[in-house]
Amino acid sequence: MPKKYINKLDEDLLNKISNIENIRIGAYNIRKNGQGIERKVTENINIVTKKDNPGIDIYIKENTKNETVHIPVILTDEGLNDLVYNDFYIGKNASVTIIAGCGIHNDYHMNSQHDGIHRFFLEENAQVKYIEKHYGEGNGNGKRILNPVTEVYLKKGSFMEMDSTQIKGVDSTIRKTIGTLEEDTNFIISEKIMTSGKQVAKTIFDVKLNGSNSKTHVVSRSVATDNSKQHFKSIIYGNSKCYARSECDAIIKDNAKVTAIPKITANNIDANLVHEAAIGKIAGEQLIKLMTLGLTEKQAEEEIIKGFLN
Amino acid sequence: MLELKDICYTRDNKKILSHINLKIDTNRFIAITGPNGSGKSTLAKIIMGINKPDTGVVLFNGKDITNMSIDERANIGIGFAFQQPVKFKGITVYDLLKIATKKDLTKKEACEVLSKVGLCANEYIDREINASLSGGELKRIEIATVALRKTKLTIFDEPEAGIDLWSFTNLIDIFENIREIVKGTTLVISHQERILDIADKIILLKNGKIVQEGNSREILNANFTFNKKCHKLKEIEGDRKNAKKIYKQTR
Repeated sequence: MPKKYINKLDEDLLNKISNIENIRIGAYNIRKNGQGIERKVTENINIVTKKDNPGIDIYIKENTKNETVHIPVILTDEGLNDLVYNDFYIGKNASVTIIAGCGIHNDYHMNSQHDGIHRFFLEENAQVKYIEKHYGEGNGNGKRILNPVTEVYLKKGSFMEMDSTQIKGVDSTIRKTIGTLEEDTNFIISEKIMTSGKQVAKTIFDVKLNGSNSKTHVVSRSVATDNSKQHFKSIIYGNSKCYARSECDAIIKDNAKVTAIPKITANNIDANLVHEAAIGKIAGEQLIKLMTLGLTEKQAEEEIIKGFLN
Repeated sequence: MLELKDICYTRDNKKILSHINLKIDTNRFIAITGPNGSGKSTLAKIIMGINKPDTGVVLFNGKDITNMSIDERANIGIGFAFQQPVKFKGITVYDLLKIATKKDLTKKEACEVLSKVGLCANEYIDREINASLSGGELKRIEIATVALRKTKLTIFDEPEAGIDLWSFTNLIDIFENIREIVKGTTLVISHQERILDIADKIILLKNGKIVQEGNSREILNANFTFNKKCHKLKEIEGDRKNAKKIYKQTR
């Protein structure tokens, strides 16, 4: 695939997800407006185009250590509705970092939408750090819509850490993350969302702790401003001796609305499940503290939000 | 450098400060003491602009700052260490120190100031300023934050409040060397005798009024019981061994 398809706008969008130079270091696949435009595989990481559905299969060999895979998606055309299926097969004892994400630039009046369905199959003792960034920009009336689905299957002894961030410019999103955990596994999820204007963000976590000594820690930090709406739902099933902690922490401003719904179900006497949720405006004492350091109220608020979502 | 003229502050029909007149000179270590509820913290907050007085004038280096906002006062050289240091989610010690200096602060510089307040810098620099830190640790970070700003006037609101005994002893050591850490004038709200001892001047507040100003000997003479006074005077004279003996006899 020739590199000529990537123009300055594309590069700027890609940089919002991950630095373009970093993308090209390891294995990668860049998708633009519904088509793969650039790809590199390595000795340990193979990327194959799916035959039945749009999307790719990523195969990571056993014992692969400290390699990276980037699979960014960019949308710059008008009225695109891009649906993609990406499956990751992580071999035994492999340890990799996977960076995904979607940048939408929409200067038009029609909606741009990307629905990425990512499935991760981790074999025994595999370790994955998964970073996902979503970003939208553009001056058109058309909405920027992202609906990512992440399904994670953890076999014995495997570990996955997922960091997902949606800081700016996405008008509507429904984010669904599903985890199925076998014994001695650990699934850590950290989500950061900021909404403004009339944006709407809905998040659903659904984690099943099936194996003994399986663990999950779900942390959602969000900021809702203007007239935006956020909805957080965390569903955790403790089906064995397991530990789960779910935290939803939201800062609310202006006329924004945030709903947090915890649902924890213990189906085993040794299941230890905790949920915490806190929604509120920025504490006045935090603003005053930063103002005593010389920041205006607006600057103080920006610093507090920056730190909160960092 | 700081002058308060006829400051009054009433809330919920209670007179918290009543006709406070006060002058503080440059490069002095001043302690304000008095019983709980005497208006000490309110006075400190009025100087910083956190509370607005009902009447009266606050002058800083001859300039009327009564109607200035908190950040404006901070930017002309007033610093404030909170009685209960504020916690944040996601903001690290290093972040806060950088905000305090408003410039590029290297990790080395940040570590230096943390070491001065008795913190092992590498262990703390990247930690979030949240409830995982103890009261003593938060207090030290608070002191480091105000120290870095090198303000003309630094106010400490009850630095000893809310910390355990072990941390307290170390905190007193910091205040005994405060002139090496904080530049300019220091104004400390405190009940602690050891802090009062090192002050150039003590201001005693009762029921929202200044009832006495003087050095620690004068204040102690007028306000402590005979036995306690003996103990304190001996201690001030440097005769700590005898002071302990007298103190034991009087218990």
